[in-house]
Amino acid sequence: MMNDGNVTLTLTPAADSPRPLVLTPGQDLRGYLAALLGRAFLFFLTFSSVLAVMLILVFVVIRSLGFLSSSSLMEFLASQSWRPTADPPVFGALAIIVGSLYVSLAALVFAVPLGILAAVFLSDMVSWKVRNVVKPIVEILAAIPSVAYGFFAVLVLAPWLQREFGFSTGTNALNASLILAVMALPTIISVAEDSISALGRELREASYSCGATRMETLLRVVIPAAHSGIIAAVVLGMMRAIGETMVVWMASGNAPQIPHPWWDLAQSVRTLTATIAGEMGEAPETSLHRGALFAMGVLLLLMTLGMNIVSEYFLARAKKAGGKA
Amino acid sequence: MPEEERKDMPTSVLKNDITKPNVRTTTFTIDGRERPANLAGETCTCAVIHSENFSLHYGSKAGVQNITMDIYPCSVTAIIGPSGCGKSTFLRSINRMNDLIPHVHTEGKLLVDGHDIYDKHTNLVNLRQQVGMVFQKPNPFPKSIFDNVAYGPSLQGVRNKGELQNVVEQSLRAAALWEEVKDDLKKSALALSGGQQQRLCIARALATKPRVLLMDEPCSALDPIATGRIEDLMHQLQSTYTIVIVTHNMQQAARVSERAAFFCLGELIEYDWTSKIFSNPAKKETEDYVTGRFG
Ligand SMILES: Nc1ncnc2c1ncn2[C@@H]1O[C@H](COP(=O)(O)OP(=O)(O)OP(=O)(O)O)[C@@H](O)[C@H]1O
Ligand SMILES: [Mg+2]
Repeated sequence: MMNDGNVTLTLTPAADSPRPLVLTPGQDLRGYLAALLGRAFLFFLTFSSVLAVMLILVFVVIRSLGFLSSSSLMEFLASQSWRPTADPPVFGALAIIVGSLYVSLAALVFAVPLGILAAVFLSDMVSWKVRNVVKPIVEILAAIPSVAYGFFAVLVLAPWLQREFGFSTGTNALNASLILAVMALPTIISVAEDSISALGRELREASYSCGATRMETLLRVVIPAAHSGIIAAVVLGMMRAIGETMVVWMASGNAPQIPHPWWDLAQSVRTLTATIAGEMGEAPETSLHRGALFAMGVLLLLMTLGMNIVSEYFLARAKKAGGKA
Repeated sequence: MPEEERKDMPTSVLKNDITKPNVRTTTFTIDGRERPANLAGETCTCAVIHSENFSLHYGSKAGVQNITMDIYPCSVTAIIGPSGCGKSTFLRSINRMNDLIPHVHTEGKLLVDGHDIYDKHTNLVNLRQQVGMVFQKPNPFPKSIFDNVAYGPSLQGVRNKGELQNVVEQSLRAAALWEEVKDDLKKSALALSGGQQQRLCIARALATKPRVLLMDEPCSALDPIATGRIEDLMHQLQSTYTIVIVTHNMQQAARVSERAAFFCLGELIEYDWTSKIFSNPAKKETEDYVTGRFG
């Protein structure tokens, strides 16, 4: 290997006459036009998708305006009684708003620790081979239609909860949040695992070389370093949970009430999404009831917006603390 | 070390005990042998590394083969050789850093303090705490400068803020980085330059107070002044540490090391006093390499 110097070098400059370093006016113009065209095309694509979202937003807001101006916003946000068909109708959405937040938060309480543990387990504890088998399976779980999860909730989970825990009804907040947690898990696991395993061996080696155990390496180096991916995973899971309609409709019991005492997951609740989906067909066009449902849609939008802002805030803060340059 | 050589050292380095590794009795030190004596004749507590027919394979590809050598305590040993010849592989074997790489398997023995570290009863945490490492590629944690250096001590249970600050300062001074970062310890380590990150990793390794220091090209991104200070550090440490350094810089190997090993194609070609390796090597390959006629 030391003396194979018999390979002759044939690397010569590319062209005999060097290409000019100055653009001709024609090239200049063509380059300018191509860049302009490309930019216009991409702008159009981005703009049209943003426009579609904006139009939906405007539509929902406009349709809710009739209700919000003629009826009391105070009643909508503060009253717990939702009787849209009574005479006179009462549109108090508080219990439903709380129900929505309640099942999504409970779902997150189940799903986030479990999801992060599973992600860490897949990326750091099992062999690469096992991970490459398990991860696609987990990701397939995310593609199962929610109505199938709903069937499972009603036909399997509900009777089981009733039998094992003696609940008066099996379709309740616990059932809904458990199923939502199961549905959010694949997303959380997949996104968190990607960001944890993307960190690479060097970082883990650095920690081990200081005399850290695997636990210390994971808790003090790996998970903090992957915080942005983990927060993104949690936000995605939360979005899935709060926007989910079919499963909560089937599993939550649909009673518009705030659980009392507040931690009693065995009571039935109702969510914004299930209310909108369930009552849209019965509410006559241009009625106050219809407007109230649109107002709920606006509330859902505001909630997801608020969640986004909160997660951005945490991301920025974690970035500062974690010392991303 | 003679007194006049110490004059230009920052006083805190003289006062601190960074040059004296913690001596602990651990499950890891299981030999009852007499400690070897260093050149001054006093017994020292450094570890002896003994490798016997040690081979490491990445899958079917050999990283190093049949390495038999003794690395002596209280001295600096240099490993030199062409790129890809297995220097890093061997160095990383000494604290079992290759464990994380899939499909790696080893043969032969590698003893630290008389204990075969590839034995399945080896306490890896204690091994790595005592055999510190500076990696070829700087790999600081995405944390602040302070947290990077304080990581090792805090793992060992140091919670006292003042004590941590002291260790961090001493380690950064020893690694010739203190002056540049002392006002900015909260800054992210990732915002440092490549050479600064390299010195930060040296400081991080020192803060753990190992007994053996493995350094994989620790000066590859450093200017001559910083290089000089790291070499001074090695001189200062060698009376109490066992230091193994991989370097592509022949002058550096000649300057800092007592013994030198020449690796080629995964094998140990020659291992002798550094002065002999550079002036009168026994093997033709070694001579070609050190005189620059290699390849
Ligand atoms: N993670 C790995 N997986 C597979 N093969 C590896 C791995 N790391 C190193 N090798 C192989 O082992 C051999 C020795 O590599 P090593 O990194 O020890 O070389 P080196 O002497 O440190 O080189 P350099 O001076 O360029 O750092 C090389 O042929 C390399 O391709
Ligand atoms: Mg190397």
